This record gives sequence, C-alpha cells and structure tokens, in this order.
Amino acid sequence: MSQTIATRSTATAQSGLMGIVLTAFLGMGIVFLAGHAQSATLHDAAHDIRHGTGFPCH
Amino acid sequence: MNIKTLTGALIGGCATGIVAGALHFGFLQDIILQAELYESRDLIHFGQVEAHDHGDAADGHSHSHGDAGEGSDFNRNLLTMLFAGLIYAGYGLILAAIFQFVRARGHDVTAMQGVLWGLAGFAVVQMAPSMGLAPNLPGTIAEDINMRQYWWFGTMAATAIGLGLMFLRPSVLTIAVGFVLIALPHVIGAPVLDEFYGVAPPELSATFATRVIGVAFFSWALLGALVARLTDPNT
Repeated sequence: MSQTIATRSTATAQSGLMGIVLTAFLGMGIVFLAGHAQSATLHDAAHDIRHGTGFPCH
Repeated sequence: MNIKTLTGALIGGCATGIVAGALHFGFLQDIILQAELYESRDLIHFGQVEAHDHGDAADGHSHSHGDAGEGSDFNRNLLTMLFAGLIYAGYGLILAAIFQFVRARGHDVTAMQGVLWGLAGFAVVQMAPSMGLAPNLPGTIAEDINMRQYWWFGTMAATAIGLGLMFLRPSVLTIAVGFVLIALPHVIGAPVLDEFYGVAPPELSATFATRVIGVAFFSWALLGALVARLTDPNT
C-alpha cells in the first residue's frame, strides 16, 4: 500500500516536472520565434518591437 | 501541464505585453521613426556631413531594413502590439514554469516576490546582454547577427545560472562561481565592430537605449507580479 502511494507520488512528481520543462520550453520557443528568428517575414513583422526590446536586429 | 500555470502565464504575459506595447508607443516608436529618417538620409545630422558612405555595408553586413513600414501605420503598429504580447507571453511561460517548480518544493511565490523574480528576469534577458550590445536604433551597423546572437544567448545563460547559484543556493563557493559566471561574457567581450557607423545623432541613440531599459524594467516587474498572482494555487 505504502509502496503504491510512493510510486504514485513519484509518478506525479515526474509528470509535474515534465510539465514544468514543457512550459518553459514553450515559452522559450515563443520568445525565440517572436524575438530572434531571422526569417524575413517574422523580422519585418516584429521589427519595431525587436528594436524596442533591444534584441539584436539585422 | 498545469492549466493554472498555462492560463496564468498567458493572461499575465499578454496583459504585460499590452502595457509594454503602450509604453513602446509612448517612449520608443517616435525615436525609431526618426532614426529611420536618418537611415534613409532624409535627415542628416551635422556629424554626418563628412562621413564616408557606408550604405552598402562594405564589411558584408547587408542592412536592408526589409519593409517594416510596408502597409499602413495601423498594420505596422498592430503587429508591434501583437509581438509585444507574444514576447511577454513567452517570458510569462518561463516565469510560470519556474514558479511552479519553486512552489512544488514548498515555497510561496507572492505577487511581491514575483516582482523580484521579474527583476531577476530583467537582469538576465535585458540588462546583462545590453551591457555588451546596447539597444540599437534602426540604421546602426553592427557585427554579424549570428555572432551577436550567440553572445546574447550565452550571456543570458551565464547570468541566469550565476544568479540562480547565488540566490537559490547561497554559500561562499556558489556566490563566487556566480560572480565569475555573470562576469565571464563581459570579460570575453561582446562582438562589436572596431569603428562606429551610427547614422543617427548619439543623443537620440542614448535616449533610445535608456528608454528601452526603462520600459523593460517596468514591464518585467509587472510581469513577475501578474504571473505570480495569476498562477497562485491558493487563489
């Protein structure tokens, strides 16, 4: 019984950690695409805010 | 993924993006537009009269501005607001992930503590990289974009790890290592050109860089508070 509970809490902790890592990567992906990706379309659309946030531009 | 973490991060991030966008239009957009007039040589300041022509970027840095101004001002400004929301939503997700991790280990993250976390984020993604690569006006010719991005990302990583060591595991050793990590990118030095090629007046550039830092400082404090409050499992 206690073993089951221990296993479950480990599983919960692992899925929690997985969720945390996924959330962080999602955030980094969005920032990279919006702020740093060099595609011309993205660059032109985000041009003013990239300058306005001090990101390396061009 | 935790729903409250996701929704809190996205709502807090988008709300911060709207405020950051408003500050952008209040403090920065006019300077960007003015710098573009210097970039296109519609305006020339006196220091530029004798300047050599480097419009073709002889060092190989093509400097086409794309067509940021293509379409109406309305579209252009709408995109600026949209991307401000996206960028801060992205930062919000990263902060929310950190908050969830910290809370899972039994610590509180109140809105006030969220402000401190936000300011740490400001130090990592804004202040530290700007110490080497100051916010640029349109028309500034700089070192190769890839080199600058490598340095930028390396500086963010070193500063984040350094601050984390110093504040989350404080000891003489971690504080010493933290200082070394934070200093390292600046000792290595940011990739900059040997000469200056700015076409806009230095006063304009200085005002712009300072305002970028100020707008980001406020936005990050707000982002930290909002995301901490909106992801708080006790509310």
